[in-house]
Amino acid sequence: MNLEEYKGVYVFAQQVDNEISSIAFELLGKAKDLAKDLSTDVTAVLIGSEVKGLADQLAEYGADKVIVVDDPELKNYRTEPYAHALSSVINKYKPEIMLVGATAIGRDLGPRVSARVATGLTADCTVLEIGDFPLQAVPGQEQLHNQLLMTRPAFGGNTIATIACPYNRPQMATVRAGVMQKIEPVKGAKAVVEEFNPGFTPDNKYVEILDIVKSVAETVDIMDAKILVSGGRGVGSPENFKILEDLAAVIGGTVSCSRAVVDSGWKPKDLQVGQTGKTVRPNVYFAIGISGAIQHVAGMEESDIIIAINKDADAPIFDVADYGVVGDLNKIVPKLTEALKAEIAASK
Amino acid sequence: MKIVVCIKQVPDTKGGVKFNPDGTLDRGAMLTIMNPDDKAGLEAALRLKDQYGAEVTVVTMGLPKAEEVLREAMAMGADKGILVTDRVLGGADTWATSTTIAGAIRNLEYDLIITGRQAIDGDTAQVGPQISEHLDIPVISYAQDIKIEGDSVVVERQYEDRYHVVKAKMPCLITALSELNDPRYMTPGGIFDAYKKEITVWGRADLKDVDDSNLGLKGSPTKIAKASDKVRKGAGEKVTLDPDESVSYIVDKLKVKHVI
Amino acid sequence: MDFTLSKEHEMARALFKEFAEKEVKPLAQEVDENEAFPRETVEKMAKLGFLGIPVPKEYGGQGCDPLTYAMCVEELSKVCGTTGVIVSAHTSLCCDPIMTYGTEEQKQKYLIPLAKGEKLGAFGLTEPGAGTDAQGQQTKAVLDGDEWVLNGSKCFITNGKEADVYVIFAITGTVEKRGRMTKEISAFIVEKGTPGFTFGTKEKKMGIRGSSTYELIFTDCRIPKENMLGQQGKGFGIAMHTLDGGRIGIASQALGLAEGALETTISYVKERKQFGRAIGAFQNTQFQLADMATKVQAAQLLVYKAAMAKATQKVYSVEAAMAKLYAAEVAMEVTTKAVQLHGGYGYIREYDVERMMRDAKITEIYEGTSEVQRMVISGSLLK
Repeated sequence: MNLEEYKGVYVFAQQVDNEISSIAFELLGKAKDLAKDLSTDVTAVLIGSEVKGLADQLAEYGADKVIVVDDPELKNYRTEPYAHALSSVINKYKPEIMLVGATAIGRDLGPRVSARVATGLTADCTVLEIGDFPLQAVPGQEQLHNQLLMTRPAFGGNTIATIACPYNRPQMATVRAGVMQKIEPVKGAKAVVEEFNPGFTPDNKYVEILDIVKSVAETVDIMDAKILVSGGRGVGSPENFKILEDLAAVIGGTVSCSRAVVDSGWKPKDLQVGQTGKTVRPNVYFAIGISGAIQHVAGMEESDIIIAINKDADAPIFDVADYGVVGDLNKIVPKLTEALKAEIAASK
Repeated sequence: MKIVVCIKQVPDTKGGVKFNPDGTLDRGAMLTIMNPDDKAGLEAALRLKDQYGAEVTVVTMGLPKAEEVLREAMAMGADKGILVTDRVLGGADTWATSTTIAGAIRNLEYDLIITGRQAIDGDTAQVGPQISEHLDIPVISYAQDIKIEGDSVVVERQYEDRYHVVKAKMPCLITALSELNDPRYMTPGGIFDAYKKEITVWGRADLKDVDDSNLGLKGSPTKIAKASDKVRKGAGEKVTLDPDESVSYIVDKLKVKHVI
Repeated sequence: MDFTLSKEHEMARALFKEFAEKEVKPLAQEVDENEAFPRETVEKMAKLGFLGIPVPKEYGGQGCDPLTYAMCVEELSKVCGTTGVIVSAHTSLCCDPIMTYGTEEQKQKYLIPLAKGEKLGAFGLTEPGAGTDAQGQQTKAVLDGDEWVLNGSKCFITNGKEADVYVIFAITGTVEKRGRMTKEISAFIVEKGTPGFTFGTKEKKMGIRGSSTYELIFTDCRIPKENMLGQQGKGFGIAMHTLDGGRIGIASQALGLAEGALETTISYVKERKQFGRAIGAFQNTQFQLADMATKVQAAQLLVYKAAMAKATQKVYSVEAAMAKLYAAEVAMEVTTKAVQLHGGYGYIREYDVERMMRDAKITEIYEGTSEVQRMVISGSLLK
């Protein structure tokens, strides 16, 4: 493998139902930074059926070039045709970096493709930067420059590891949703669009989709919420979440929860914040009756302001909270809702 | 039907994490459990065994101590256990791990391979799909339901906002979610029986069609540059006030920060 | 001499512990508060074979040794004394005598469903006038054709009303022994639902409140002749031998209660702060814990030794008596100290140690009081 042949930062531009997923824009935002450090450009790989029209959007979010693989076999995500498409693009265009979203699609596609093109893959990255490997020069070992350094939490958020892929290309990473920043879209921006079809011949690996069942999303995705009112086991019962919902309604927030709440069957999994749930970074995060297990903290500690209410003064949530209130949530939360209602009414 | 289930012995992440000086994990120093997603995968296999009749073989790669999870799996009802262990396999990343396990599975007959979606130590979710690629068979990740129809499997494949009902011809690899089921307990008698059975131990030489350059730390494309305990954001203020004062305190802070 | 457990035993313990933590602990307070027999837990345990651990596989059991069984009762009792005694009474007092003295037909008919947990077992020896003095039986059985006719009552029967199969002792005649007429006692297997077999009062107890403790009443209760367990007149020996095994079960229960109270207290003293520091930082606390832990360890060694003796020896009365005597007294002492270390919180129901202390008391009383154990032990010393 001649590593020098591999150039450019590539992004898998995930689309579902011919709508580009938010993660694709987040990856483009990060790819732009990386490309700048490497003095190269950003290419989006758009895979699907009749998706060419989406290329302009990718340009607005920072793609210099868009490679479109368009084929009827690619209508809905299936591992094999998508893996074939992406690995064919990699083999033909030889990117030095290939970023994929750590979504239910990306975490299936990424490993399959990395195995096919025989390179390393680092999962669920939260920080990507360009640097040296080894980080410090070691006698007797060549220090490589311009490497992609991929940082990710592991062990349930107990540790972080920075990983490099120094001797294989592309350097592949799946990236956690909600972590990288999109750029402000540049209206009217255009990218070089190139179509490429490696040919699709169905075989035993082309699974058959018998049905697609969409779950109805009742509320805002907690990853998009600016204010989250999050409850833990301390809330006491599913019924008592009402006081959190009232608070959320008054300040325009969304209710989320800890794993304990999901495990108890009080709230659905898509509201779960934490290592095994979603990573959120709202402007304000209310942690109410949440003890703050490390797995939970891993999913919310990047929030701008963390306000914790807990009756246990020693709860670990207070170690990450900006403002901690020791007290009974049943007494405080309803009063807080009323006070905020009054404040907001007064300011109007 | 023959089912191979890949399981992993993982440190119980609740018990704290320890490293070797070189940044790799000191697995020997931590309490261990069977990885939860893998246990769900095993349970799925055992239910297929109960329903359709099957021979369930569990495979693990790890230190000799990983024999424990094989015994546990057999005490739950698995028929055979295979431990893949060798010094040269140590320090493997997901690529080298999947290459190794694929090399072991090539020795076996199988209709279905089930792995957990991801392990709680690495959380990568990569090894299952990578094994399927090495074996050139279809993969269905994130299974929330598994049924057998003739020579095919019909699986509910979970996505963020939907699921696909997917049909694939066997042989095929499925990665299981821990939400898939509630794994059964072992039985006391099953435990004693499990220890009476032989466990097959394979080393490097037993792996089929695998190149040395793809194994262990040396064969791992990804390299750890740095590993450390997570540095946490410092604690802010903490107050203990009566409820009314608490409310004023929070409202004031929200005002100062221009939230309201 | 090797004091390490085998890997099998370690794994079995892990199983019992996991089950106890997940399935039993969450119900312990409610079971106690409402005096509610944990029927669902019993069904779950049945499915996993916990109700036939030392019974051979050919009779529907798990084929494990008495140590594995003792560890099961121990781990269950760590979180819930009620659940521990349900298993102990069923296994030691009902499965065990049928396994030891039953005919092949009796084993097929009763032991298999008992070991599989399809049926629950109980044991009726104690009467209002015959506690420690088991010879003071009043219940009579008279042969009438092909049936024995039972009349009398039994009291304080664990698993009463909940059990399906009862091992019952009754006088079947008198014999002359060394010139004195003594009662001849025999054992019978009685099924719930047999006409003439009814239940009296349900006892309201200090501890193990979820276990169902009933009076059994026999009024012209006719049972088939083939339901006599063992030989006619050998009932007293059967009862005593059965209780030797039962004492290992109760010793395990006591051990579990002590361990549970110790563990709970250790985590409590790390968290509870007084005078600005965790109470675990005070030397009084540390020394109390040291004494508690040492006694718990000693009790465990005696209990495990007795369980191993049951596996390898024909007679193990003294081992069982020592294990029960010591474990029960340690349970009482450790749970009492645990309450003390919890201070005021230890006295309220919300905290588990309060229940553990109440549960512990019975272990010094049933299946032979501590005084009876001392009689058994000293008797062997001075014979």
